[in-house]
Amino acid sequence: MGPGEEDGRRSPGADNGEPAGDSPEAPAPDSPAAPGPEADSPAAPGPEADSPAALDPDAPVVLSLERVSKSFGAVRAVIDGSIELRAGEAHALLGENGAGKSTMVKILAGVHQPDSGTLLVNGQPAELHGPAGAIGAGIAIIYQEPTLFPDLSVAENIFMGRQPLRRGRRIDGREMTAEADALFTRLGVRIDPGRIARGLSIADQQLVEIAKALSLNARVIVMDEPTAALSAVEVARLFDVISALRADGAAVLFISHRLEEVFEICQRVTVMRDGRHVLTSPLAGLSAGDLVRAMVGRDMPERVPGERGAPGQVQLTVQRLTREGVFTDVSFEVRAGEIVALAGLVGAGRSEVARAIFGIDRYDAGTVTAGGRQLKKGSPTAAMAAGIGFVPEDRRQQGLVMEMSVQQNVALASLATLRKAGIIRASAEKSFASDWAVRLSVKYGRLTDPVSMLSGGNQQKVVLAKWLGRRPSILIVDEPTRGIDVGTKADVHQLLDSLAGEGIAVLMISSELPEVLRLADRILVMREGRLAAEFAQAEASEETIMAAATGQLEAQAR
Amino acid sequence: MTATLAPPREPGSPAPASSRRLAERVFRVREFGIIAVLVVFVAVTAAIQPRFLSSTNIQFILVDATIFALLALGETIVVITRNVDLSVGSVLGLSAFLTARLASSTHGLPLVLVFLAGLGIGLLCGIANGLMVTLGRVPSLVVTLATLYIIRGADVLIVGGSQVVPSSYYPSFLTMSKATVGGIPDLAIVVAVVIAGGAYWLRTYRSGRELYAIGSNPDAARLAGIPMGRRVFTAFALSGAIAGVAGVLWASRYGTVDSTAGTGYELQVIAAVVVGGVAIFGGSGSVVGAAIGALLLQTINSALYVLGVSPNWDQAIAGFLLIVAIVLDRIISLRLTASLRRRSARRGS
Amino acid sequence: MDRDLQATSGNAFMTPEHVRGDEPGSGRGAGGWAGRLRPAMRWESGLALVVVAIAIFGSAVSPQFLTANNFFNLGLNTGEVAIMALPMALIIISGEIDLSVESTLGMSSALLGVLWADHWPMLAIFVVVLVVGALAGALNGLLITRVGLPSLAVTIGTLALYRGIALILLGPRTVSNFPATYTNVGLTAIPHTDLPYSAGIFIVLAVIFGVVLHATPFGRSIYAMGDNAEAALFAGLRVKRAKTTLFIVSGMASALAGVLFTFRLNTAVQNNGVGLSLDVVAIVLLAGVSIFGGKGSIIGVVLAVLAFAGLQNALLLTNFNQEATGVVTGALLLVSVFVPNIAMLVRSIRRAATRAARRMPPEPALSMPRKDT
Repeated sequence: MGPGEEDGRRSPGADNGEPAGDSPEAPAPDSPAAPGPEADSPAAPGPEADSPAALDPDAPVVLSLERVSKSFGAVRAVIDGSIELRAGEAHALLGENGAGKSTMVKILAGVHQPDSGTLLVNGQPAELHGPAGAIGAGIAIIYQEPTLFPDLSVAENIFMGRQPLRRGRRIDGREMTAEADALFTRLGVRIDPGRIARGLSIADQQLVEIAKALSLNARVIVMDEPTAALSAVEVARLFDVISALRADGAAVLFISHRLEEVFEICQRVTVMRDGRHVLTSPLAGLSAGDLVRAMVGRDMPERVPGERGAPGQVQLTVQRLTREGVFTDVSFEVRAGEIVALAGLVGAGRSEVARAIFGIDRYDAGTVTAGGRQLKKGSPTAAMAAGIGFVPEDRRQQGLVMEMSVQQNVALASLATLRKAGIIRASAEKSFASDWAVRLSVKYGRLTDPVSMLSGGNQQKVVLAKWLGRRPSILIVDEPTRGIDVGTKADVHQLLDSLAGEGIAVLMISSELPEVLRLADRILVMREGRLAAEFAQAEASEETIMAAATGQLEAQAR
Repeated sequence: MTATLAPPREPGSPAPASSRRLAERVFRVREFGIIAVLVVFVAVTAAIQPRFLSSTNIQFILVDATIFALLALGETIVVITRNVDLSVGSVLGLSAFLTARLASSTHGLPLVLVFLAGLGIGLLCGIANGLMVTLGRVPSLVVTLATLYIIRGADVLIVGGSQVVPSSYYPSFLTMSKATVGGIPDLAIVVAVVIAGGAYWLRTYRSGRELYAIGSNPDAARLAGIPMGRRVFTAFALSGAIAGVAGVLWASRYGTVDSTAGTGYELQVIAAVVVGGVAIFGGSGSVVGAAIGALLLQTINSALYVLGVSPNWDQAIAGFLLIVAIVLDRIISLRLTASLRRRSARRGS
Repeated sequence: MDRDLQATSGNAFMTPEHVRGDEPGSGRGAGGWAGRLRPAMRWESGLALVVVAIAIFGSAVSPQFLTANNFFNLGLNTGEVAIMALPMALIIISGEIDLSVESTLGMSSALLGVLWADHWPMLAIFVVVLVVGALAGALNGLLITRVGLPSLAVTIGTLALYRGIALILLGPRTVSNFPATYTNVGLTAIPHTDLPYSAGIFIVLAVIFGVVLHATPFGRSIYAMGDNAEAALFAGLRVKRAKTTLFIVSGMASALAGVLFTFRLNTAVQNNGVGLSLDVVAIVLLAGVSIFGGKGSIIGVVLAVLAFAGLQNALLLTNFNQEATGVVTGALLLVSVFVPNIAMLVRSIRRAATRAARRMPPEPALSMPRKDT
């Protein structure tokens, strides 16, 4: 489910690559980000009313990378990359993981120097020596995980190292606060410059980073998957900020896996594939299918959930689960052989419910029953004993031990079964890991390689293998395909489908509506900590889910 | 300037200053907290045993506390950057002996030169630490653990079995730590001024703020272009130099200097710093708080002595207090983060 | 920046397939597969060479070095520290640290003295001392896992607290009238061997710890939580319980060391063991255990103990000032952490020099026009 969808302006199935021609009419060349569906869905209020001016075709090119290449040892991350940014545009950069996007960003950030090709700043060749060089050239990168100083104030975070000075080279605190206020006003948001950064939401942290970029007179702002962790409201606010930046004359390079957002906010798009530039074009006249084909080089076949048969016995029952301030009175069940999706906006409490079920977090009231027994709260051990497996949201931080090998990570949750007389049997571990890696088609060099060397998609498979190796009867997956390339995404979907087919009860948390619609037998929608709605697969659609996720009122207002 | 496109999105939100005030209030509470404990302690002890507030006793407390407060200043500067300097005790010992030797062998040497000598010795040690931590990329715990050994060992080798005795000094060296102005030791005043200066630097100068940034989030500090190597190096150099000066004061205060001077001080200083509110992981805390922490620990020692509690209890109580301090800090910071997050969430979604 | 370059340099063996996905080798622990196995053994092999070098040095310096009698003394002097190093290694691998071991040793020594002076039966004393050691460790463990405090700060606090308790228990007294059957640990070897009792205990414990750390699920979980405590938690590993267990074991080991220490010197006095915590940490770091957690081995600890003991002993035989042996320990510690970093060191010195030579930062690229309204 993508944020901002309450406006109903997403083209349905925007990122599942429906063949061209299925999506509604292409946006008119003048409107910067207006995908077709306005004609079909009720008129949507919102930013469209004050959408910024169209991309001026005569706007100067502020930054361009031409035919850039970059290799790391024998690995050619970028073979022929090109990007061209004009003042005042929001430009999308698309590509699967491994297409070379992140390397391009690092080149722009000054972190890497290209092996060949040219970088032009305002038409002049330039070299960026380190992050300082990039900043000096007016390029700012907003990363997915903002890096702020938690112990320092917002204003200091913005101006660290460049605090305004008064007499005697002393920091002028008042001036600093005033300048910070001015920046936030320019962006159209309100954040107190005097508060410490600790405790700010990710959305607010991003805004601080953007304010920082502005204070550095950034004329190019690169946003790397900025909406991944934002709620719909926060995404809308971010898009307003992007419009403000554009109106100010800056160029925004927008990197995202979410095609519907790309269509909404960007004017032009550049697609990369396998380290090469594939296309650069105005978004007008392009469909989601065109983009997917450009990224993947092939048509994504329309996938239909396999025939799974009727669900079996109830495996997991959650009753009136409550944790004060986080979720309230959540009740549902999951049967063997069915996939139940837990949908809702970021912050609705879905991951928290999942973690409470698995025992990582505690809860205040209610019960969890798995495998016929009521589970002791706060005990992952009890949950695991009852047959629950939990694939967490953040695979790098929560799902894997990066220092350990592929083999060790796959075996990590099953060590008890691989031991004899207290000792881990190395041969048993190896065959266990190899067995599962093959079954899930994990791509790796050797089982003893550190898992950090694998791609994101393969790392996710390792996490899955770890849990599947326990033969769970209940599998909880939180954002199974976040940050994964299209090909591996399909693999994972296939896998979840067949797991359900084998009789596992699957509880899937996902923010990607197409994924939810494709896989789930039943869809539970959470909103602000409560279960707002339940849909069977047949009766669900992106609109209905979104309506439930944002509260019926907004839906009725349309 | 462009007009904004959308009004700020929180209609009717509470004054944003409230969360700042909350954070600052908690911050101030920390210093007030220890000051309050200090005041209560002194009051109670004085009530039971008025001798506690005699001018001689106060002077003793202050002079001892001064040495630790000075060490705490240097240690705080290092700890703020998410490092630690375990060698300060050894540096103090080495400096104490060498400067005592100097002061006792060359009569008529201006005091200033003795101080400079101490400072120089400490500075050299600090520079060595700084270089190894920044250029060698070795964790400071390991580096300063090693230099703690090396410097102490060097001290032992140099000192041999000898010692410097008070009678060998020229008088002004010894009396300098006893001189008072209106009942308060000169030393305490000077050190208080130095600490105030340090606090001011850390608050109002970029280089000072950058130390906090480095400790708060080293990655972000690097990205922000802060010259991390230079700053951390300076922190260690300062810590060493300060420990060197503290050595001179120590020699003056205690008179007899052998190879055991300063043994174990590093852990006491770290305890003082933590009690004073400096986060062990860096990024926050103040030198004023650390100095008060040092003062508090010394005062408690003295109070216990005056109250007739066996000095055997000093250590246990110090350890106990340290644990209480960090437990309280943890509870407070958890509450603070939770409430800040709640406010943020309420406004954002 | 440097991290990226280092991480990717080991990927020469990988085909692009493995790379597609995220940035190549973006993890902290990445290194080519060839470089992966070897670092684990590299440190231990280097350390073994150091031990050999020290043995050569020792025998060159004194003909008595390689005698059975000398080995006996060697083991005797280092026995307690060696025993404490085993749980310390596990604690550091798990991502924590325990600086209070010397005070737990002192506290148990004081307890031993006090109870003996009160005519308690020795067996009962042993039980009490071990239980108190376990409790001391449990307090550490609870504060660190349940309250969530950093172990460095907590154990500095308990370092003072437990020493304080030792002081309260014993005061300025000294108890020195332990029966010969026990003080013989400081004089006689285990029957039919040349090993002092403490060394024998160390060897047995080393085998146990080695098996636990390297071959059991518990040991694997220690490595996991040292590398990434959150992932360990999410894998269902019982991080809190494991860490608390480690601290309890450390407390008991320190208590045992305290008993051995007291008997060896036939003296229970409040300052027994002062300074030993740092010795133990130094040995563990020398062993190749990373201060950041997640790496290290028991073989390394054994070798480090041998190196440390051998060095102390060799210096003793040369009449090197005993109290100054710290210089050598410290230098050894520095060398052990610098050798792997030498390449990086050279590079950073070179970079610092060029930056200094350049004086000014490089001219920033031309700034861009700013749209005026």
